[in-house]
Amino acid sequence: MQTTAAGRSISLKRGLKTMKLQQLSLFLENRPGRLDAPLEAIAAEGINILTLSLADSAQFGILRLIVREWDKAKEVLEKAGWVVSLTEVVAVDVPDRPGGLAEALKILEGADLNIEYMYAFSLRRGDKAILIFRFEDPDRAVQVLLDKGLHVVDGEELISLVP
Amino acid sequence: MSAFHRDIQAQDEYPIWDPDGETLARPELEQLQLERLRSLVSRLAQVPFYRDQLSHRDIRPQGIRDLADVRKLPFTTKADMRRQHPLGLLAVPRKALARIHGSSGTTGKPTFVAYTAKDLETWSELCARFLTAGGVRPEHSAQVAFGYGLFTGGFGLHYGLERVGATVIPAAAGNTRRQIEIMRDLNPEVLICTPSYALTIADAARELGIDPRALPIRIGHFGGEPWTEDMRREIEQELDISAFNNYGLSEVIGPGVSGECPARAGMHIQEDHFLVECLDPESLEPVPEGEPGELVITALTREAMPMLRYRTRDIARLTREPCACGRTTMRMSRVTGRTDDMLIIRGVNVFPSQIEEALLRVEGTTPHYLIEVSRPGTLDEVHVKVEIHPEIFSDRMDRMQRLRERIGREINRVAGIRAHVDLVEPRSIERFVGKAKRVLDKRGLSDPAS
Repeated sequence: MQTTAAGRSISLKRGLKTMKLQQLSLFLENRPGRLDAPLEAIAAEGINILTLSLADSAQFGILRLIVREWDKAKEVLEKAGWVVSLTEVVAVDVPDRPGGLAEALKILEGADLNIEYMYAFSLRRGDKAILIFRFEDPDRAVQVLLDKGLHVVDGEELISLVP
Repeated sequence: MSAFHRDIQAQDEYPIWDPDGETLARPELEQLQLERLRSLVSRLAQVPFYRDQLSHRDIRPQGIRDLADVRKLPFTTKADMRRQHPLGLLAVPRKALARIHGSSGTTGKPTFVAYTAKDLETWSELCARFLTAGGVRPEHSAQVAFGYGLFTGGFGLHYGLERVGATVIPAAAGNTRRQIEIMRDLNPEVLICTPSYALTIADAARELGIDPRALPIRIGHFGGEPWTEDMRREIEQELDISAFNNYGLSEVIGPGVSGECPARAGMHIQEDHFLVECLDPESLEPVPEGEPGELVITALTREAMPMLRYRTRDIARLTREPCACGRTTMRMSRVTGRTDDMLIIRGVNVFPSQIEEALLRVEGTTPHYLIEVSRPGTLDEVHVKVEIHPEIFSDRMDRMQRLRERIGREINRVAGIRAHVDLVEPRSIERFVGKAKRVLDKRGLSDPAS
């Protein structure tokens, strides 16, 4: 795979594959208390949640989780009866200041990447915010992001950033 | 109405397959029925089940003086057939049988129905009658997308089409993509299947980038499940065809009990072979002509397995009003309900089987679903709960919303009601051993079927 100037050398060494994150998605009915059970189930196994996001409609919701040990978490959740799907997502960090997100999105806009959805969170320490993207084609997206000079946060780095 | 149907209706004369059988003056027809009923009662002596019942009631053939005397005769129910499983109702020696079919039903064990060679001959004639009434001609080719097997639909229509002289393409059920390929290769004018499968074919064609209206089909003969006038309009619009309804049930023969003519004002009952009553399912008294009631059918001419007053549980209306097509036979309405499981939702009759049919058209939404009917205020509300499982789950909200909308659309299309579709967590619907409980009626109505 060829890459142009802006990609970071450390990321390239590890290869583009490892730059994607594995996200778990869970189907939940939209009723009070439905969110607690899966979170408790993975907490009981000592699995840390790096970040989560909930997309919901009036009737149901989709809980998206990025955890330290996704394979173990998936097994725990499935064993407990949840429908879990595994999706590759891409994390990008941007300066945590007004306009930080807009700048990153502007870069993506020109790149003809289909974004299925995204969510963001800011880190408690430091001045960075992390954006999580679900791209239609995550492999191509990583390549484009690196080409455009954005910083793609891989799993290891994310773990080091989240306390 | 399709252009083709206008052509059919514009013909000076409607072809009638068997004018002798289909246009008898009513007094002659009723005389024929009476004679055949007497003959049936004497033949029933060959069947221990019937012999016992008739002797118990002291009924002899000469005691049948007019057609109203049919009401002295005992009923036959599905439960009787099960008790006589597998072939206890035979009126001929086993070796005289030419074929055995079966109804899978929804309750497990099939009930078998047997035919002599003469029965098969009669059956072919009956199907040829309604196929001709519904525009099928010897020069046509017909694709049969019904199952071929114990189910009577495939073979019944197949032999009827051959009898008409049409070219039969026994495509059998399933593999929709292949059905479309066959259609495009062989250009059949006629399609035989269930009404909902006709819509599935239209959907699949569109997904393949083919305009369903450009498919060669011009006539559809649909049966095997209840459907609505709305569905007919939709099918005719989607495929640019004329759609005809036919009715039958394996217990009395299979398809061929009745079918529509171009006037499409009810299905002509083949009265020279079937005596059809329309009764109040509670009192078992006849309902006034034109009122809905349960159809009770006596198969007058069946040799292998005569059927006396079979309680179909199908609700329909009958009329003896003369029809524009020239046939003198009584006509029945569409089946508008079942006595055993029909739900009435805001005045619309809904069969749970229609909801199932709709779900079957959305991959991965069966088998775990529940139909919940409630009346929170003054109006009925239907929630169809569908369990999510990995094959239909997506992390994308838009896809999940689309899935919900699609289920709702299919339900509306098949059952004619607007249902709330609730996607629910796996294993949240109670599991049953054996026949699943599909309906939870929380309205507290005493007897929705009556």
